[in-house]
Amino acid sequence: MLQLLNMGPATFRHGVHPPELKEETCGLPIRQFPFAPVLTIPLSQHIGKPAVPVVREGQEVQRGQRLAKPDGFLSVSMHAPASGVVRRIGLMPSITGRMVTGIYLEPFPGSTQEVAEGIPCPLDTATPDEIITAIQDAGLVGLGGAGFPTHAKLKLRDDQSIDTLIINGVECEPYLTTDHRVMLEQRDDIYVGIRYLMKVTGARRVIIGIEANKPDAAEHLRAGLPGDLPAEVQVLRVKYPQGAEKMLITAMLGREVPSGKLPIDVHALCCNVATTAEIGRLLPHGRGIQERVITITGPAVQKKGNYRIPIGTPLRFLLDYVGVDPHVNRIFMGGPMMGTAASSLDLAITKGISGVTAFTDAETSFHQRPEHPCIRCGYCVEACPIFLNPSTLGRLAKHENYDRMADEFNLMDCFECGSCSFVCPSHIPLVHYFRVAKSSVRKARAAAP
Amino acid sequence: MSTLSKTLQLRTSPHILSGYAVDSIMFNVVLALLPATLFGMYVFGLAGTLTIVVATLSCVLSEHLICVSQKRRSTIGDWSAAVTGLLYGLTLPPSLPLWMVAFGGFVCIGLGKAIFGGLGSNPFNPALVGRAILQAAFPVPMTTWMPAFAENRFSWLPPSTLAWPFTEPVYDGFTSATPLSLQKFDQVATDAGQLALGMVSGSTGETSAILLLLGGVYLVARNMMNWRIPVSIFVVVFAFSGLLHLADAGAYPSPLFMLVSGGLVLGAVFMATDMVSAPMTGTGCLLYGALIGAIVVVIRVWGGMPEGVAYAILLGNAVAPHIDRYVRPTVYGTGRRRGAAT
Repeated sequence: MLQLLNMGPATFRHGVHPPELKEETCGLPIRQFPFAPVLTIPLSQHIGKPAVPVVREGQEVQRGQRLAKPDGFLSVSMHAPASGVVRRIGLMPSITGRMVTGIYLEPFPGSTQEVAEGIPCPLDTATPDEIITAIQDAGLVGLGGAGFPTHAKLKLRDDQSIDTLIINGVECEPYLTTDHRVMLEQRDDIYVGIRYLMKVTGARRVIIGIEANKPDAAEHLRAGLPGDLPAEVQVLRVKYPQGAEKMLITAMLGREVPSGKLPIDVHALCCNVATTAEIGRLLPHGRGIQERVITITGPAVQKKGNYRIPIGTPLRFLLDYVGVDPHVNRIFMGGPMMGTAASSLDLAITKGISGVTAFTDAETSFHQRPEHPCIRCGYCVEACPIFLNPSTLGRLAKHENYDRMADEFNLMDCFECGSCSFVCPSHIPLVHYFRVAKSSVRKARAAAP
Repeated sequence: MSTLSKTLQLRTSPHILSGYAVDSIMFNVVLALLPATLFGMYVFGLAGTLTIVVATLSCVLSEHLICVSQKRRSTIGDWSAAVTGLLYGLTLPPSLPLWMVAFGGFVCIGLGKAIFGGLGSNPFNPALVGRAILQAAFPVPMTTWMPAFAENRFSWLPPSTLAWPFTEPVYDGFTSATPLSLQKFDQVATDAGQLALGMVSGSTGETSAILLLLGGVYLVARNMMNWRIPVSIFVVVFAFSGLLHLADAGAYPSPLFMLVSGGLVLGAVFMATDMVSAPMTGTGCLLYGALIGAIVVVIRVWGGMPEGVAYAILLGNAVAPHIDRYVRPTVYGTGRRRGAAT
């Protein structure tokens, strides 16, 4: 295998090395974030159909109580992040720029915020199908950012099998340290989560992948491993975008996920370490996810840190609480490589958001630099983790030659990691072109008979 | 929130960049060329210095004037015209009449670059386009060399340097032969050590292989040059000429001589690696370098001219887009390793 030629820890080929910038928050323990006066909870925080509300306006709810139920298999529940009263069910802004339906919940100021208990899903006696239903009922989605319902990727067809379960503790995105803190503080939850996942998938082997810049987390998880858990910790070389499922599978197992297929097609399953920890934390009590850990960071933030924050906390309240530089000019949901710029302060923290990063003019001044023509330097070709030619694709995109991009140059394999834009010395917004091109191709294909 | 004083900017990710920039890459190429340039100025005195200065200025000025005439913002700030001019100057014989130098500089930018659409669109290395046209138009001045380390080089100019435009320059009594022409036409070998240090006559900036390599190492260390291209050229030139030398040591020069003589190092390190006109993939660069190396040996050994690096690179440039078309990396998940459980 190729990895034998490389000395040192395993990794995938190509990729980039952005500055890590994690040292400011990686040592800060997770703290509880207070409740906002009004929580705004979109009904669609996952890929698939929005959840269907099971509460009505004016109803009083307890923290942890189910607010909405899944609509079909590719959908998950929503739970009340706080005890309070449902003020309104209506439209609210979402990260995509569209207005979506959601629940406005007003927490009771004096409440003890006791969490409602549900029906436990005991590890020893539950069947795989019961665990899958319990995960769906708990409202779990990939907490790494994809927002794909976790239970949906655990459901195997009869002809599918999983031999290796990969727990993704890579966290290759600059600035973010939530997974790092979760690994340090929720070790036992992670082990319990792994047991649930092994039972569902039948995987015999578990590998926890952690990049070499988190040696304390790797050591901590290794030291506490129960003797009967067939899991190991693998340290990976630091490189972006190693946290992407396909890259991680290649780095750790040397397998390539075929174009257009899923990890399951190479008998592997990836689960984010925070998602695993939530499975281990919630299922034994039958609870649903109503809060998550995020990193609030960036040069414009005053009280940087890792917080366990109620789902639905509006950005406005969040920024007021941590304090931001008045010169802040850009706020992203997520980290700087793949995060989405916030268009409104009324956006809420949803399940898939692992951080909030705020920049001032000083960090964004480079965007004022002029765009040059492509000089065919090939940096993007060396960076692309799936071996596309972003330079050629970019040239075609400028002529809106989207069909040729998709048919001849594998456009649809691009997963928008942004490595090409990151290295481009001509400052061509390559990945932006590809997003536009991909959505155009998708629309055209959907419209085709 | 009341404290926000600015409008939030909406941009798509990534929100940080690596810091590479076209102008800084080009500027670093100029930096990397400085040792060899200064050495050339020292070896060839006033004439060499004037050649380089006029070459660079004529390219930069041409770029500026062409931009102005097209009512576009001047692009001389990206340093690419300066790189072209400097490289072009380094390939010229130091005693070349200055009006020819200036004319060739205009050709570099005008015919080599601007008519194709400017930076990034030129299929050929602009500096070599200018040089090739001079070579075709003025064969005698382009192959007449002044000696290195002339006694009075800092106070005296060869009469050809200041020749009036469109007159035949006069070369009397000061010419010297390059090691390659000595080898080719007179079967006189020059010591490779002298060549590597640059103690011989030749083009203004091509003589010191060591200083040129130093610049190349700097660029490779800063990840601003694809090392595969020069390495592949050197390996092929050495292997090919080595085989010939083994077959008949009397007729063919030694491979070491081939490596350090003439414009090979300058061409391989700084000209063939011009990003715009070279292939983009690693394998493509190896092939491209091999092709250039082979053509160099063929021209030098069997061609009518003692030197062929410039033409070899221009031919390589012509092939580069085709290399990029056919040598493509296998896209992730589509190759032989697809799905293979190991």
